[in-house]
Amino acid sequence: MVIPSEEARLVAAAKAGDSDAFAELVRNTQGDVYTLAYRLTGNEDDARDVAQEAYLRAFRSLKRFRGDARFSTWMYRITANCASTHLSRRSKGRHEELSDDDNVLDERPESDPETMAEAGVLRDRVTAALADLPPILRAVVVLRDVYDLPHDAIASELGITESAAKVRLHRARRKLRERLFPMPGEEKARAV
Amino acid sequence: MRSSRFFGSGGVSCDDVADALPAIVDGLEVAAIEVQRHVAACLRCQAELVQYRKVLRTLHQLRTEVLEPTPGLLPDILAALEAAGERRAIHHLLNGRRVAYVGGIAAATAAGAAGAILASRARRKVRLAS
Repeated sequence: MVIPSEEARLVAAAKAGDSDAFAELVRNTQGDVYTLAYRLTGNEDDARDVAQEAYLRAFRSLKRFRGDARFSTWMYRITANCASTHLSRRSKGRHEELSDDDNVLDERPESDPETMAEAGVLRDRVTAALADLPPILRAVVVLRDVYDLPHDAIASELGITESAAKVRLHRARRKLRERLFPMPGEEKARAV
Repeated sequence: MRSSRFFGSGGVSCDDVADALPAIVDGLEVAAIEVQRHVAACLRCQAELVQYRKVLRTLHQLRTEVLEPTPGLLPDILAALEAAGERRAIHHLLNGRRVAYVGGIAAATAAGAAGAILASRARRKVRLAS
């Protein structure tokens, strides 16, 4: 892992108490952090809250950042942890169902999936399908398949075991595949 | 739910393979040899594996997409950090003052004790001399 020298310099300065250096790190990573927060929470307001909380937490624990990974990767882990806390707090307040067996709404266009599989269209459909996944499945598949975090890091930040993280990942992939490319029989089963 | 009909070859059903496909699609886990044999001979499961790969490839592509944060996010974050930084500085300052205050009391106590010892020694010397 090669850390760009400018980033290493900013991290070292921020750790030494230079608040301008930390502000620069925020400027450089806020788009990525916000995007991840949005993908995990599914709405702008929650994404803002999670991003802000993530940077506050990073600021408080900066001395513990060893610098052997990219600052952005460290921020992804913190963001995932904040989003998990945020969503569980919110679901307690609103009595939302956290079950990972929720059915994903089928909003497929009428046309043949194969012909709709042009990259942009498929990306939009995957984004929509992701947003419809139950939060506990969405978190795992976003962190693993979009942001490439290892299973142990995902498990640690979400407060679950590594094997639970894998089970959720496989379930999430299956739900996405069923939503985007339903096999004969799957549509009927979902409708029941 | 798919049917539990057998396609391809061997004693493994498409249902058994369907459970394994999401795990093996990224190549990090190796499928059991019976599953590999089944997929090699079953067009239906091959098609499903291709669909999983498409989903996975598209998910990877999302990594390059960066959403535009809502206006005002950066100033809000920086303001929150500044407030947190100020709170931390005040906390340090108060802690520092507390340390200095306690240190001052300790130094004064030590000086007083030393003075008392010296005075008592001086009195003893005077008594011995007389």
